[in-house]
Amino acid sequence: MTLATENAASSTASREAVERIDAEAVNTAGKRQPLYAPRKKIFPKRASGQFRRFKWLIMFATLGIYYLTPWLRWDRGPYAPDQAVLIDLANRRFYFFFIEIWPQEFFYIAGLLVMAGIGLFLITSTVGRAWCGYTCPQTVWVDLFLVVERAIEGDRNARIRLDAAPFTASKLAKRTAKHLIWVLIAVATGGAWVFYFADAPSLLVDIATGQAAPVAYMTIAVLTATTYVFGGLMREQVCTYMCPWPRIQAAMLDENSLTVTYNDWRGEPRSRHAKKAAAAGKVVGDCVDCNACVAVCPMGIDIRDGQQLECITCALCIDACDGVMDKLGRERGLISYATLSDYNANMALATAGGTETINPDRVRREGGGLSEKVAHFHWRKIFRLRTFLYFGAWSLVGLVMLYALLTRDRLEVNVLHDRNPQYVLLSDGSVRNGYTVKLLNMIPEPRVILVSLEGLTGATMNVVGLDQPDDRSAAVPVDPDRLREVRIFVTLPADRLSEADTSFRFVVEDKASFESDVYRASFNIPEVHDERQSAEAEGIHRLAHARHHDRLFRGHHHGQSDNGLLRAVELDRPDRQKHLCGEPDLQRARGRRPPAGSARLEG
Amino acid sequence: MSENKHIDEVSGVSTTGHEWDGIRELDNPMPRWWVWTFYATIVWSIGYTIAYPAWPLISDATKGVLGYSSRQELTTTMDAVSAEQADLRAAIAEKPLDEILADETLRRFATAAGDAAFKVNCSQCHGSGAQGSAGYPNLNDDDWLWGGDIEAIHQTIAHGVRFDGDDDTRFGEMPAFGDILSRDEIRQVAAHVVSFTATPSDPALAEAGAQVYADNCASCHGDAGEGDVTFGAPNLADAIWLYGSSEAQIAAQVRQPKHGVMPAWQERLGDPTVKQLSVYVHSLGGGE
Repeated sequence: MTLATENAASSTASREAVERIDAEAVNTAGKRQPLYAPRKKIFPKRASGQFRRFKWLIMFATLGIYYLTPWLRWDRGPYAPDQAVLIDLANRRFYFFFIEIWPQEFFYIAGLLVMAGIGLFLITSTVGRAWCGYTCPQTVWVDLFLVVERAIEGDRNARIRLDAAPFTASKLAKRTAKHLIWVLIAVATGGAWVFYFADAPSLLVDIATGQAAPVAYMTIAVLTATTYVFGGLMREQVCTYMCPWPRIQAAMLDENSLTVTYNDWRGEPRSRHAKKAAAAGKVVGDCVDCNACVAVCPMGIDIRDGQQLECITCALCIDACDGVMDKLGRERGLISYATLSDYNANMALATAGGTETINPDRVRREGGGLSEKVAHFHWRKIFRLRTFLYFGAWSLVGLVMLYALLTRDRLEVNVLHDRNPQYVLLSDGSVRNGYTVKLLNMIPEPRVILVSLEGLTGATMNVVGLDQPDDRSAAVPVDPDRLREVRIFVTLPADRLSEADTSFRFVVEDKASFESDVYRASFNIPEVHDERQSAEAEGIHRLAHARHHDRLFRGHHHGQSDNGLLRAVELDRPDRQKHLCGEPDLQRARGRRPPAGSARLEG
Repeated sequence: MSENKHIDEVSGVSTTGHEWDGIRELDNPMPRWWVWTFYATIVWSIGYTIAYPAWPLISDATKGVLGYSSRQELTTTMDAVSAEQADLRAAIAEKPLDEILADETLRRFATAAGDAAFKVNCSQCHGSGAQGSAGYPNLNDDDWLWGGDIEAIHQTIAHGVRFDGDDDTRFGEMPAFGDILSRDEIRQVAAHVVSFTATPSDPALAEAGAQVYADNCASCHGDAGEGDVTFGAPNLADAIWLYGSSEAQIAAQVRQPKHGVMPAWQERLGDPTVKQLSVYVHSLGGGE
């Protein structure tokens, strides 16, 4: 079909009927979903009350600990740093006041992390997300940033006005000042972090004069950026979108955990004009719908919607609501820390067992105040099986660590036995083994450590490089807070080889502090095997096999041969010789090895 | 798709249409910062492929404008390490061996460097643990053919043993006594050599061998078989045997001696490395 005829055909068809296609625009303006949701700004109002005061205290304490700890001094003598808390990565040491930890003692840190994990279970099952609301660094720093914001831009209403206002010189100045102070706080935060990893006073000088290591500046830069962005710009989004703990912690709550709760059993139905409504004979709850709880919330939620993932239980809504209740002369606690079981009991009371809508009159006393039937939190609810188990596990880990810490030795020995060669035969027939011995002097004082052999009768040892005569023990000086690696040769005389128990112990001792450590070692000796006897027993002629073997250890077996075992030896019958073979592998290698250098061999 | 659209009753948000046991997945929009971060990673990846080697070509790959190469980085690191060791190397090159042994730092460095050089150049014959094998001496023990003090070890490594290309090479050769002694005499002398350290197969044979030994062997190996390091005559009165300790093996060595050869290393490796090797071999436990 040509194009012309096709056009002609279609135009004929269109003239006849227009078919309606059953199609729907998927992306019409009404149906289109946004690709992303921009952050809606939150302007938390300043709250005041008992929880706010408690939060100020915690904020000062936690920030104080964070900023000041690196500057505390602790005298450890001339051989160790005097910073109370120091993570010395270059020397692989961690100092915490009177405790010093070596890398192999990292299990203390692991134990602390286990305790922190179980502690989180314990705290959350008891008082809900208290970590989130009071002590989480995100919460504390956002609080600090909000203090700055309020000081410069004013409280909630002023900030909303300023945000909506066009850009003027005064708005620019306020915003600049706010962000500048935020950045300064962020720099101080990142700066304080690096002081934990080096001597704080000298590092401060180095940083100021540009002498510090690049990694110090990079760490400060990264932590400055995260502090500024998380504390100043992202705030509640960090908790809602980025942090996994809200999910984990929500799973650890039960019906006896304290959570920030809006008690709708006394608040509903809420009314803005309570007096009018009451006069009109309507049922009126305690909530006057003043939105004070919403205005103070740093997460931008309404606690009256019930338990929410976003709620960090900072309790500022309790303070706000209590203030309103005080003004109205009503009982505090419309929003309160309550357990789900208490809430359910009170709800049943207010709804007559769930049969009717909420009527707060059912929970009220004649003449105001709450009825005595209303359930309140009782401290005994803290002590239940679940919290006991958590506390038991938590304290068990703590006690085990404490015991380990109090009884730990600051002297250790590690031994590596030479494997190549496994043993060395010396010219007098004695056998020598080599050991790499690591002596750990874990106190910041120089020590002389006595290394001695226990067992392996007749053996002597020699520490390479010490210039001491062969003996059963040697005194090795070790630098303060250091590991010293020494090579030790242990020699067992020929006449001891056959009777020796090849297991023995390296014992290290500090005669001054009575500390000691033991390493169970073994001593390799050539395997001795009398093939003559087995050959006779089996009646097997072993000429070919025996030819490959050296009688390496004849010196040692001299004594035995004298012992009535004398026999005729024919040079062409080496199988009749008393046959001794050493390490099977070693011997096989010897026997099979082609004369590699034979081309060069003379004669 | 559109007819599958389901709006969640609680949140009012549409779901993805997926359902597992009655649980539906909400189709919430992403937070803006998340989307921006996603775009930023795309921009970053483009910049990365321009800055660093990335796109594969037919026989090569793009080099990247920064000119980074991991091989170059390795070379730089190795050069930096060498530069740090320059002082130690210079000290080893300058100082005599006994001073190197006396200096803890130099000794440790030379031992470690000698270990590395040994693994490359010497382990083929002497074994990676310097334990030797038949015909190749064990360097861990206290029996030395050519002397076991540091200077003697250095001399042996530097100039080799019976090595044609070096005038200062160690040289010692035992005549082939198969042409000089009778078959019986060789059996006798082998039994006598065995009797230095062990019980010979036939005491009478060993006794007869004493005279053969005194006439033919004692001049080099000593009256009591103690050997002589000046010309590499092995000690016959100890427990260590290079070619085997049986009477048959000893007799074979008397009849037609094998002589090992070791090349001279001074020219190939240079004196500092030979010094390091000497310190290492001396440290193995047999050094005198």
